[in-house]
Amino acid sequence: MSEKRQNLGKVVFNGILTENPTFRLVLGTCPTLAVTTSAINGLGMGAAATFVLLGSNVVISALRKFIPDKVRIPSFIVIICMFVTMVQLLMQAYLPSLYESLGIFLPLIVVNCIILGRAEAFASKNPVAASAADGLGMGIGFTLALTLMGCIRELLGNGTVFGASLLGTSYQPMLLMILPAGGFLVYGLMLGIINALSNRGKEDAK
Amino acid sequence: MSLILSPAPHIRTKDDTQRLMLNVLIALVPCVIAGIWYFGWQAALVLAVSTASAVLAEFVWQKLTHKKVRIFDLSAAVTGLLLGLVIPPASPWWMVMIGAFFAIIVVKQLFGGIGDNFLNPALTARAVLLASWPAFMTAGYNVGRFDAVTGATPLLSSASTMDLLLGNVTGAIGETCKIAILIGFIWLLVTGTIRWHIPVITVASACLLGWLLGTDPLTTVLTGGLLFGAVFMATDYVTSPMRLPAQIIYSIGIGVIIVLIRKFGSYPEGVTYAILLMNIAAPLLDRVVPQRLYGHAKAKKEAK
Amino acid sequence: MNIFLFMISCILTNNFIFSKFLGCCPFLGVSSKVETAASMGLAVTFVMTIASLFAYAVNTWVLVPLHLEYMQTIAFILVIASLVQFVEMFLKKSMPALYSALGIYLPLITTNCAVLGVATLNVKEGYNMLFSVLNGTFSALGFLLAIVLMAGVRERLESSKIPKCMKGFPISLVIAGLMAVAFMGFNGMV
Repeated sequence: MSEKRQNLGKVVFNGILTENPTFRLVLGTCPTLAVTTSAINGLGMGAAATFVLLGSNVVISALRKFIPDKVRIPSFIVIICMFVTMVQLLMQAYLPSLYESLGIFLPLIVVNCIILGRAEAFASKNPVAASAADGLGMGIGFTLALTLMGCIRELLGNGTVFGASLLGTSYQPMLLMILPAGGFLVYGLMLGIINALSNRGKEDAK
Repeated sequence: MSLILSPAPHIRTKDDTQRLMLNVLIALVPCVIAGIWYFGWQAALVLAVSTASAVLAEFVWQKLTHKKVRIFDLSAAVTGLLLGLVIPPASPWWMVMIGAFFAIIVVKQLFGGIGDNFLNPALTARAVLLASWPAFMTAGYNVGRFDAVTGATPLLSSASTMDLLLGNVTGAIGETCKIAILIGFIWLLVTGTIRWHIPVITVASACLLGWLLGTDPLTTVLTGGLLFGAVFMATDYVTSPMRLPAQIIYSIGIGVIIVLIRKFGSYPEGVTYAILLMNIAAPLLDRVVPQRLYGHAKAKKEAK
Repeated sequence: MNIFLFMISCILTNNFIFSKFLGCCPFLGVSSKVETAASMGLAVTFVMTIASLFAYAVNTWVLVPLHLEYMQTIAFILVIASLVQFVEMFLKKSMPALYSALGIYLPLITTNCAVLGVATLNVKEGYNMLFSVLNGTFSALGFLLAIVLMAGVRERLESSKIPKCMKGFPISLVIAGLMAVAFMGFNGMV
């Protein structure tokens, strides 16, 4: 990609919808599956990842002319790691319960393929503003996807969304949905539905 | 095309599918009668809901995806009936329906329909129901003539051998009456629907390991769902290995895992999980176990 | 805790894929063929074992004495990245056959969350050196089991009539979900 000026809005939109990291690119599957047992966990994970994405994209983009090509991956990882450590410390201080429930998946943002992937594919080749827009878009896309999955799993598995009871007391929660197996199934079925919808859209466009 | 594979690699036609499935349904009749005899109208309702829901799910899916509607090959009816027979007689109707839909749509149709599922649909649905609504799946046994019995799980009951044989104990609808299961087994053997290897080796290996770990073989066979699973579930053509050597390992695996789960696991019964786990391993077994028979590994592809 | 039970629980009950969601990317991405899945699993086993050992050493003898625990993530990822690099060079020189078998998978392992995950978990659970290494090895063997089974199933389904919208990732996730259901049978075994 050349360093031509890009429509920043379009870059953000691209991350949210066209190349949604969770539903279109299928990156970062581990946190997607692990933390979406409730809507709030999905949102928290998404926000943390967005912060890291934005920060690392900006710094990597700013330094892209100074980082030697050969050691670029380790350098990227170190930069990402800095931001992850910041998120960890901030969350531990201000949101201790969320920090607990995200568990080891918070430090594991370091190896989330979305973040390294965007650093390599976008930030290392684009100016700072565009990289920030890309990080923001991808982050929001990731957050929306995680929150959506969290809502579905929490609703079916617990009858609530963001802790608010929606289905009444007569609803018998389908516990499977908040178990690991339910995570895989919901994610797989959602991907299938989205594929079916977008295929239909393409056929209509023809 | 439908791929119903028998141990020797040869194709069967669609009419054969219907005939095979009909034979399975006939073999299940004694179990159905025994279940309704012991557990009453609630059991009949569960069986009816689960069979009808499975057929409905198959019909709706095939309509929606513009496929040929093939509910008359009876495979969906078999799946539905099998599911009904392995859940408690007092299961709420909505749970039975969800189970049947899950079995047909997620486990079978998403993978391409008959012949393409890698897990036994009825058992997968049972496992899903057990994980989702453990309260209903573990407490719904005390109906019909067992109204007064409290708290006895199927494996812990202190019933006499005769009661166990006749099925006069609590348990899932179809799996308590061992006599009925054996009649069904004989029917399946006589009609050539299944061969004896998988059920017999499964039961034998479970008994042997159970005996080594200090359980009376008679108790191993007569309690829980071992016999029903070995005869009707483990023998499913689609989800068991294709060749005999692999089938032997598969059966031993099922028997061993059942005993391990019964002895050490948190679930009282392990038949469902044992068969599902060996279903998962079946494709690998077909590849890895050396073959002595004339079939070969790629038989499935060539059959297409 | 009984060591034998601990090892079994790492493989079956607390399977990295089916109950901890660690290493899902390679599990979904590199599981279309049994041979490649097995190579990936072996490579991960190799790296996870050594990484557990080194991460334990770095944490116990460097980070804790210097009160640098908050540097844990960055230290571990550097340990893992350099280990993978080192293993790659070592294999290339002394075991070219193994290198060519594992070759392309090794660099991928740096960003496999199972490796960083096991190192972090070991610290979190407070395992001693022996249990850290055992946790690394046997959790990785659980991963190996899962990915090989997955590949077997996917090979079998190659010729099946999966609906178009479910092909690829969606159906793999559904397979994984159903496998996780079956693995629940091991609940409470240890």
